[in-house]
Amino acid sequence: MGNGTSLGRVRGLGSAHHGGHHWLLQRTTAISNLVLMVWLLVSFLALGDFSHANVAGWLSQPLAAVPMMLLVVSLFWHARLGLQILIEDYVHQSGTKFGLLAALNLAVIGGAAFAIFSVARLAILGTA
Amino acid sequence: MSQRPLSPHLQIWRWGPHMLVSILHRATGDGMALFGLGMLVWWLGALASGPEAYATFLAFAGSPIGYVLLVGLSWAFFTHMMSGLRHFVLDIGAGYELDTNRFWSIASPIIAIVLTVLMWAFILFGSGGAN
Repeated sequence: MGNGTSLGRVRGLGSAHHGGHHWLLQRTTAISNLVLMVWLLVSFLALGDFSHANVAGWLSQPLAAVPMMLLVVSLFWHARLGLQILIEDYVHQSGTKFGLLAALNLAVIGGAAFAIFSVARLAILGTA
Repeated sequence: MSQRPLSPHLQIWRWGPHMLVSILHRATGDGMALFGLGMLVWWLGALASGPEAYATFLAFAGSPIGYVLLVGLSWAFFTHMMSGLRHFVLDIGAGYELDTNRFWSIASPIIAIVLTVLMWAFILFGSGGAN
């Protein structure tokens, strides 16, 4: 749509004063979600056997643990951006909106930290 | 909120495939964010906690509610993925012609259902190399 759509021109603009930042992050995490979820589904289909020993053994390998940690970060980040829009679209009372957004941020950081710690424990200490 | 006139909302428009694919994208995305991430965190936490905790997770995942959740999440994933890919095409400025736009609005959720069925068919009746 014409000239002047360079990143520098949209940065800091828009009604939220965040320019294209949110949009770009949503697209970037969408791409990483796509790549890493394809990896996860292919891994699941290849695993076949979902016993604890088999799955934990697979996930404790570096080549499984690292993409899994990246997937956790990517999914939680993308989910946070999406749920933020949900809240901003449907919650109009500013106090409630602030509270929900704060709770959302704490929840995704807590959830992602727990998931990453779990993978790290498996990868470093081996199966419990 | 003041009683200012608002622009017409959902109930005033005739529903089209574009509206359906749009709201499906939001519903499946937020559904996965709330339920899918819960399952993911539980699965990873149970794996790290040991065979007993993992057995509890597997028992839930294999229960009727678990299956509804897993099938629902896989459908949500493929639906969100297809409408997301559609968004990527729209992002580069393509696919806005009325016929093209309408076609992919209808095709995206249908392809997603086909992918979901294919995946579960493979899991349940697949060549089963591991078994």
